[in-house]
Amino acid sequence: MPNNITRKVLPNGLTVHLKEIHNAPIISHWVWYRVGSRNEKPGQTGISHWVEHMQFKGTPQFPPSLMDKAISRDGGFWNAMTSMDWTAYFETMPSDKIDLPMRLEADRMLNSTYDPEEVASERTVIISELEGDENEPMFRLSEAVQAEAFKQHSYHHETIGSKEDLHRIQRDDLYAHYRSAYNPQNAILAVAGDFDTNQMLARIEELYASIPGHPPELYTPPAEPPLGGERRLEVAGPGETVFLQLAYRSLNGSSPDFFAFTILDSLLTGPSGLSFMGGGGISNKTSRLYRALVECELAVSINGSLQATIDPYLYDITMTVHPRHTAEEILVTIDDEIKRLQDAPVPVEEIARASKQARALFAYGTENITNQAFWLGFAEIYAGYDWFLNYLDELEKITPQDVQRIAQTYLKPENRVIGIYRPTGEKEQQ
Amino acid sequence: MKTMPAKPQFAWKSLPDPQDITRIQLPNGITLLTRTNFNSPSIVISGYLACGSLFDPPDKLGLAQFTAISLMRGTASRSFQEIYDALESAGANLGFGASVHNTSFGGRALAEDLPLLLKLLSESLRQPTFPKDQVERLRAQFLTGLAIRAQDTDEVSSLAFDAALFPNHPYGRPEDGYPETIRAIQVDDLAAFHHLHFGPHGMVIVVVGAISPELAVAEVQKALGDWQNPSQVESPALLPVGPPVQNFRQHIAIAGKSQTDLIIGTLGPHRHSPDFMPASLGNNILGQFGMMGRIGDVVRERAGLAYHASTSLNAWIAAGSWEVSAGVNPANLQRAIDLIRHELERFVKRPVYKHELKDSQANFIGRLPLSLESNNGVANALLNLERFQLGLDYYPRYPQTVLEVTPEQILLAAQKYIDPDRLIITSAGPEL
Repeated sequence: MPNNITRKVLPNGLTVHLKEIHNAPIISHWVWYRVGSRNEKPGQTGISHWVEHMQFKGTPQFPPSLMDKAISRDGGFWNAMTSMDWTAYFETMPSDKIDLPMRLEADRMLNSTYDPEEVASERTVIISELEGDENEPMFRLSEAVQAEAFKQHSYHHETIGSKEDLHRIQRDDLYAHYRSAYNPQNAILAVAGDFDTNQMLARIEELYASIPGHPPELYTPPAEPPLGGERRLEVAGPGETVFLQLAYRSLNGSSPDFFAFTILDSLLTGPSGLSFMGGGGISNKTSRLYRALVECELAVSINGSLQATIDPYLYDITMTVHPRHTAEEILVTIDDEIKRLQDAPVPVEEIARASKQARALFAYGTENITNQAFWLGFAEIYAGYDWFLNYLDELEKITPQDVQRIAQTYLKPENRVIGIYRPTGEKEQQ
Repeated sequence: MKTMPAKPQFAWKSLPDPQDITRIQLPNGITLLTRTNFNSPSIVISGYLACGSLFDPPDKLGLAQFTAISLMRGTASRSFQEIYDALESAGANLGFGASVHNTSFGGRALAEDLPLLLKLLSESLRQPTFPKDQVERLRAQFLTGLAIRAQDTDEVSSLAFDAALFPNHPYGRPEDGYPETIRAIQVDDLAAFHHLHFGPHGMVIVVVGAISPELAVAEVQKALGDWQNPSQVESPALLPVGPPVQNFRQHIAIAGKSQTDLIIGTLGPHRHSPDFMPASLGNNILGQFGMMGRIGDVVRERAGLAYHASTSLNAWIAAGSWEVSAGVNPANLQRAIDLIRHELERFVKRPVYKHELKDSQANFIGRLPLSLESNNGVANALLNLERFQLGLDYYPRYPQTVLEVTPEQILLAAQKYIDPDRLIITSAGPEL
């Protein structure tokens, strides 16, 4: 049991990861399903997220709202999230109150009701969620960039789906998606916190042993061919502010190059945290692009994002354009900075600095138990928990040549989509 | 069927109490609270000074905030890039902000870097130079932020709500100002604000993490113990605020949006009021418990009108606000308003059910260990103890305080603050 971690696969295929942590009387309990918007075919976009909502609408044993109240009453919190590659449900509870959510999760893996009236009511709730997203210029830009970056693969669409599909999807579609994806063979159960491993494992076996596992029958997206040339798009909308997004087609989370790419991202746009929640990041004011863009007043903010995904996704750089400058001027400067990374190896000290930043962020991120349990499951989706355990060591191994090679391989113009949000100049009307 | 064996409840042992909080006052007036946690190799610092946007002149709203954010743009010892190079190289962070009453700060680092963090805090607080080029750069960033704010339906609705609920009062004015007031602020204004309002008197600092109390005290003493500012001006007490005298309705049209953000509310108790705990539990029942309480149940779960619909009780020093907020499709706006108003009428007419109160009491008590799990959570808790003078034994006493509240007290608090015929209702979104 190195690092207090126990890993086991039950006979029905359920993967179980347990980590004892006795710092506080708290347990965080997660169930992950290997299903997300990646597994949605055209016409059914948003179905995985909608299924996640329906999972809160009750089973015969746990009617809707009973669980909300039970968990609140016990002083816990719970939530669920749907991503491109996964759907996850978690409860973080005082440690003596964990049994109820454990029973609920096992029950709703198999027995959710999908009442047609609840489906109808949730349709409008989700459309309301989408409309909230659509109020944000960056959502609209990012949605368009994603659609341009992927023409074959289902990373093409946002997890929340299109309004058209949200009107089209019916109760039976949701139920079929649920029954296919939600079973032990397609799930990871991750628990961290203040428990005894043997007792916890016995309880999990008792709760899940009778649920049959089967291979999920899910849509697998085709591989996306290379972009084959730089693409540009513009989105028009209200406001006064120009936003710019550069999306480079990147790599999957299990790629050996992911760590070198992480260092490159850190140098270019600043270090990214490892926190699902509660960790907090650090600023990026000494990153290369902040100095070149924000300090030189071409942009007012800059952020980078490299996501660990099952299939190769995108490396995004997003900027808020300075009112006195243009997106085109920013592009020239970014290309100069990228060329610097491609032309010569970066100083070793810069990599050592990125590594120290990662160590600090790692310490902040592992401070809370919910975050620890998050990593027990999340890393398993695209690589394996060892990915997380070895994360800092792998970053330490990165050389200047690795970073240079990543810049040369991925940060090429023909590998990117450029998206610009252009305001139409409409201001608020009082 | 067996269940997971219920372990003895250790929760209260992990809560801050007078035995494990060290609180001292330095001779120059700074109050320090510290609590040790060696479970993580990091430390958090957090705190505030006794100055905020209540000192903003009307034509220079945003001055306190502008000053706070300018502090790290250059000091007598380091340039902007040197400050951030030192911080970011250590994987540390530090930042400032301003609210109505306070200028606040927060930062974190690996424990070995606490001296660095405190040194940067001290330099930023005591020797900012407000370099002109940096100030202009920040101004452009603020103005862009305000342009983005003007497009944010939630923020626009909220600004209108605050202005209507707190007319001619600092609580009704935005801490980040307006474009014209941000344009009016000069470097000299920042320097003057700093000179008159920044000082050790009334300052509070909290240090939580992998450090002993003795060392924490010594490090804070070393960094800030010799700070003096004889020019520091005392914060005035704010005028009390009266409740709305009639219904107020304002819609702000923002073209090109899909959703309307709605706020309905009125005054709430201030933090010291004996009404605070009953109102707080009542608020939990009204719009938080489970899936957002009674409001969430009616607006989201039953009517399917909104993705979010909940309530908040914001209690400050001179007053508070009690707000219901929801994001709805424009076509459903009036229906949502009617449903919420109906729930408020019910809330002031009849006491909450005993089982509802029992649930919310259990929630308040049970969630405490989770909120205090991380260094950040503990730092916030210690800060609140000091800010609102709750006493170091507040957390050990807390369960009893919560359990003493009755349905009748909640009804009285609800009736005292919420008048369904005198509400502030603001919304922002597509034209009606």
